[in-house]
Parts: sequence; C-alpha cells; structure tokens
Amino acid sequence: MQRNHNHTTIVTIEKVIDETPTVRTLIFSDDRMSNVLPGQFAMVWIPGVNELPMSVMISKEPGKAAFTVRKHGPASTGLFNVKEGQQIGIRGPYGNSFDLKEGKLLLVGGGTGLVPMMRLLSFVKSTDDVTVLIGAKSKDEVFFEDLANNMLKNNPHKVIVSTDDGSYGEKGFVTDLVEKLVNESNFDGVYACGPEIMMYKTVRSAHSRNMFVQASLERMMKCGVGICGSCCVGEDLVCRDGTVFDGDHLSSNKEFGHFYRNKAGILEKY
Amino acid sequence: MNQLLYSKLSSLFKVEPSLATSIGQIQLDRPVMLASGILGISLDVFNRLYRSGAGAVVTKSLSTEPWEGYPNPTIFSVKGGGWINAVGLSNPGAPNFAKMIEPNQEVPIVVSLVGSIPEDFEMMIQQFENCKVIAYELNLSCPHVAKVGLEVGDDPELVRKIVTIAKNTTDIPIIAKVGLGTTHYLNTVNTAIDSGIDAITAINTVRAMAIDVETQRPILSNKFGGLSGTPIKPIALRCVYEISSKHDIPIIGCGGVSTWEDAVEFFLAGASAIQLGSAVGNDWIDVFSEINNGILQYMKRKNYSSIKDMVGLAKKS
Ligand SMILES: Cc1cc2nc3c(=O)[nH]c(=O)nc-3n(C[C@H](O)[C@H](O)[C@H](O)COP(=O)(O)OP(=O)(O)OC[C@H]3O[C@@H](n4cnc5c(N)ncnc54)[C@H](O)[C@@H]3O)c2cc1C
Ligand SMILES: Cc1cc2nc3c(=O)[nH]c(=O)nc-3n(C[C@H](O)[C@H](O)[C@H](O)COP(=O)(O)O)c2cc1C
Ligand code: FES
Repeated sequence: MQRNHNHTTIVTIEKVIDETPTVRTLIFSDDRMSNVLPGQFAMVWIPGVNELPMSVMISKEPGKAAFTVRKHGPASTGLFNVKEGQQIGIRGPYGNSFDLKEGKLLLVGGGTGLVPMMRLLSFVKSTDDVTVLIGAKSKDEVFFEDLANNMLKNNPHKVIVSTDDGSYGEKGFVTDLVEKLVNESNFDGVYACGPEIMMYKTVRSAHSRNMFVQASLERMMKCGVGICGSCCVGEDLVCRDGTVFDGDHLSSNKEFGHFYRNKAGILEKY
Repeated sequence: MNQLLYSKLSSLFKVEPSLATSIGQIQLDRPVMLASGILGISLDVFNRLYRSGAGAVVTKSLSTEPWEGYPNPTIFSVKGGGWINAVGLSNPGAPNFAKMIEPNQEVPIVVSLVGSIPEDFEMMIQQFENCKVIAYELNLSCPHVAKVGLEVGDDPELVRKIVTIAKNTTDIPIIAKVGLGTTHYLNTVNTAIDSGIDAITAINTVRAMAIDVETQRPILSNKFGGLSGTPIKPIALRCVYEISSKHDIPIIGCGGVSTWEDAVEFFLAGASAIQLGSAVGNDWIDVFSEINNGILQYMKRKNYSSIKDMVGLAKKS
C-alpha cells in the first residue's frame, strides 16, 4: 500500500555528522525522503520534545536521506541532540520545489538554508556553469563548502564563501557578492534560501535585472499541510503554496522581507 | 403531482438556483463557510478564501490576550481519514486581531471568541466596534484547552451569562458553537436559546488521542486533541438533525464536510449553511468552489431555487 504522506513514519537515525559546533547532519533510511525534489521539506517529530519543519538534505547513499539542523530553541536543540540509534517521526514530503533552469546558475545559501541548495546541486546538468555563494557568520560556522566543490567537480563552477566578520573567505554580507555578480553577468537562474533579509536582497538584485529568481521561504509552521494558517505571508501559505516562490510573486508580496508572524500569529517587523 | 408533469412544468418555469442563504438575520451569498481555526490569522488570506468561494470566514477563536498555543506536534493525520489537533487556541488576541481586520470591506467575517468569564466576551466584542463583522461565534466547545471551550459549554449558568452579556453588548447576531462535552450538548443548546442566541453551530471537534506504537508515546504534545474531518461527519449530522427536530433555530452544520453531498446532507438535516475545515488540508482551497458547484448542480437537478428549499427535508419522512 502506498504510504500516505500525512501519516507519521518512524525512522532510526543511523549516523550523526558534526558539521560545525552548532550544526549536525542526521542520516536515516527512507526511500521517499531520499527522492524528494529540491526545496521540499518534512515535518520532523522528536518524541517528547517537539515537531518542526526541516528541509530534506541529500545523502551519498541511495535510499537514505538526512536533515541538517542548527541548534537554536528547544525544538531544534532536541533534534540536534538525537543520537545514533534513536527514533524520530517524519511526515511529508511537503511543498513545491525549485524550477531547474539550464546554463549559468547562481545558488545563494545562508546557514542551514544551504540544505535545499545541496539538493538542487544534485540536479544540475554537467554543462551548467554554477556559482555557489555560502554565507556564514564566521569561519567556525562554514559548512558544505567541500561538499559543494565535490558535487560540482565535473562542472565549470565556483564556490565562494563570505563571512560577516571576514574570518574566512570574503568579508561582508553574501548579498553584496550577489549584487556584484548579477551586475557582472547574466544568470539564467538565481536561487536563494537562508535568512529572509538575504533572500529579499537577492531577489531584488536579480529581479530588477529581469533574471529568473526563486527563493524558499521559512515561516512558523505547525501543521505543514495548510490547515493552521500560521505560515502565511500575505495571502500565501508557505507550506502549501511554497516553500519556493518566484521573484515576480515575491516582489509584490508586502510582507516578504519586512514582516514575520510570531507563535501567537502577531505580525512583527524583521 | 405526476412526476412527468412536474418535470415538464418545472422546465418551463426553470429558475436559476441561487446559493444565497440566510442564518436568521445573517445573509450569505454562498452557504459554505470556513470553520474557525483554519487558515484564520490574516486578512489577506480571508480575501483569498472569499475569492475562492467561501461564503464567509470564521476567524480563529480569539482570547482577550495573545496566546502562543501548545508546542508541536499540534496536529496528527488519522489513518482512515481526519485529523486530531491540539493547537491550543494560539491566536494574536482580540485587540490585535481587530486592528488587522479593520480595513476589511468585502469579506463576510464571523469573529470567533473564547473566554472563561462573561466579561471577557464583553471586552472582546467591544474591540470590534469599528470592524465590518457579520456575526460573533461563541466557542463553547474547544475540547483541549482548560477553563475555556467545553468547560464553559458544560456549565449552563456560565453559558447563560455569556450569551446574555454578548447580546447586551452588540446588535450583531451571536452564534453559539456547541460540541460534545460532559454535559449533554442539547442542554447547552437549550440554555443558549433561552438566553437569546441567534443561531447554533454544531459541532466542534471531538476529544481524542493518538499513540505511536514504536516510541510508545502519545503523539500530540498536549496528549489529547480534537478529532475533525470525515470520521466525525455522521456524529455532526446527527446533532444537527437532533437540534433542528427540537428547536426552531437557524443551524450551521460543521464536522467532516468534504464534498457537496456532505453539504447537502447537512441541509437536509436542518442546517442553513455549513462550515468546513479539515477538507482544506486534503483538497486545499479549491474545495469551496467544488462544493458550491456540486450544490448548484444538485439544485438544478432537483429544481430547487434556493438553499431554503432543502433545509430540513430529511425530517419529513
Ligand atoms: C520549510 C522549512 C525548512 C526548514 N529547514 C531547516 C533545516 O534544514 N535546518 C534547520 O536547522 N532549520 C530549518 N528550519 C527552521 C527550523 O524548523 C526551526 O524553526 C528553527 O530551527 C528554530 O527552531 P527552534 O528550536 O528555535 O524552535 P522552537 O522555538 O523550539 O519552536 C518550536 C516550534 O515552533 C516552530 N518554529 C519556530 N521558529 C520557526 C521558524 N523560524 N520557522 C518555522 N517554524 C518555526 C517550529 O515548527 C517548532 O515546532 C526550517 C524551517 C522551515 C519553515
Ligand atoms: C487545526 C484546527 C484548529 C481549530 N481551531 C478552532 C478554534 O479556534 N475554534 C473553534 O471553534 N473551532 C476550532 N476548530 C474546529 C473547527 O472549527 C471545526 O469545528 C472542526 O474542525 C470540524 O470541522 P471539519 O471536520 O470540517 O474540520 C479547529 C479545528 C482544527 C482542525
Ligand atoms: S503550517 Fe499550518 S498552514 Fe502552513
């Protein structure tokens, strides 16, 4: 019988990889999650702790998938602390995915926003010319740089890291690099996931030059299926209409880049 | 009348059926409403739902102060259909919400309210003075938050005081939403009607739970939640039939509607309009226009000109 994606499936964590002092990747076996499209997410239940939305990370082995989590509040710290052999529940995959363009591509990822970018990389053609920008606060918090280079070893490519404090790679915000790059050349596709201000600036830079750009939004999620309403941005529901939206659409959304909703649903300024 | 003659006559005088309906003083262009707690925190989303065919939207139940609600998991998909939720009535609070919907001109909005003392309701209704609101729905039936909802609905004296204070605070119609608690819900209905309520919504979710066999734990963070969706439809339908058999009060049927046939069943049982929520999780917001279209086709086939023609027909036999 085909699994109903809304039903929780229990999986066992097989391997935990420390990426940085605050970021870990947890690997598990699940056919459905191993085949998701770039941008799709799962609702992840940590028994006794919480349930939270997670982008699905790639794993090198077939049939396996992963989550890459940064410890933050109680929910993500609960997932971060899950050990090998422990069980978690997953439902999904939910959401749409990035539209793949061919040619010259620019991928912009900040923090764990890199996760959908890694999956996107696994879909690029060997003829695509790919630039990956990785944004991080400091040297300690840089991850997936080697992985990105590795995945692109047969492509014309560049992986550029920028740190806010300049302790590694270029100094400054990754969006300054975006602005520079889209000024220098015309990309066939620009993709972004990370802090909203970063996505906002990336979308603005690319959209104003008429480039195809998409971003994967993050909002407070409770149900993940379009019932609770907590993930709305303007009239869009991120879990159901997104998480990936076109630059055109985002540019006309008055909340994107400016407001988010807290756990009680009150609109707050970024 | 001879069936053949009837259908010939009716094809001569065919009236285009209308989806308009009235729930007492409340007039709606379309009979399918969005139930409380579903997608209900943004005016932009309300506008979109209205454009998609919802006849009215009921807001998330609002409290006097903002509430964060329970931690996740707050919703669970039941095998065989339906959901169990314990969102914990997370909401921005009535004052914040009122500010948000103040610009509304177009969407028929029903404001849902929860509270534990009569004065809560008075204070909240006052917040909406400058808003275009078509009705208030008193949530007397949330099954998973202490001191509000069912605990209020189970206390007839409190119901009487709340309905009375609400009626004295505004001229806008007041609806009571009842559900299955420890007191027989018909007692709550009786009390609400005696106290002057304008309409009844029946029912809310039904107290339920889910346990994961692998980890051997209750799944919802609150352990208990409310069951909604297809599994509760026969129960909700029975309640609507029961209320309409005993009382002459406008009823809104709620619980498990996901197709036009479900909606029509509720009309035949005595409801003048229906609300739906869980179906949105499966069929997304297209469900409103699909059900509206289905009802229209049915009305054409049966030669009904208005929803009113169907209400309560199942009680004839
Ligand atoms: C589609 C999507 C994909 C995500 N992918 C990843 C990922 O791959 N790796 C990663 O580390 N993080 C990811 N996140 C963010 C992650 O879900 C957590 O929200 C974030 O880590 C904050 O967790 P917390 O411990 O502070 O939550 P707590 O404060 O403990 O909050 C508990 C609950 O609130 C909700 N919540 C709180 N903050 C947010 C938020 N900003 N966005 C959504 N829900 C929130 C969660 O559903 C959670 O159940 C993703 C979020 C979304 C919406
Ligand atoms: C996630 C969720 C949240 C809900 N929140 C509320 C609420 O705040 N107030 C209320 O009166 N009912 C609430 N309900 C109950 C619904 O309004 C409705 O009565 C119930 O879901 C049955 O209808 P359905 O089967 O069409 O979903 C909620 C239901 C769900 C699924
Ligand atoms: S998370 Fe509930 S509607 Fe999107």
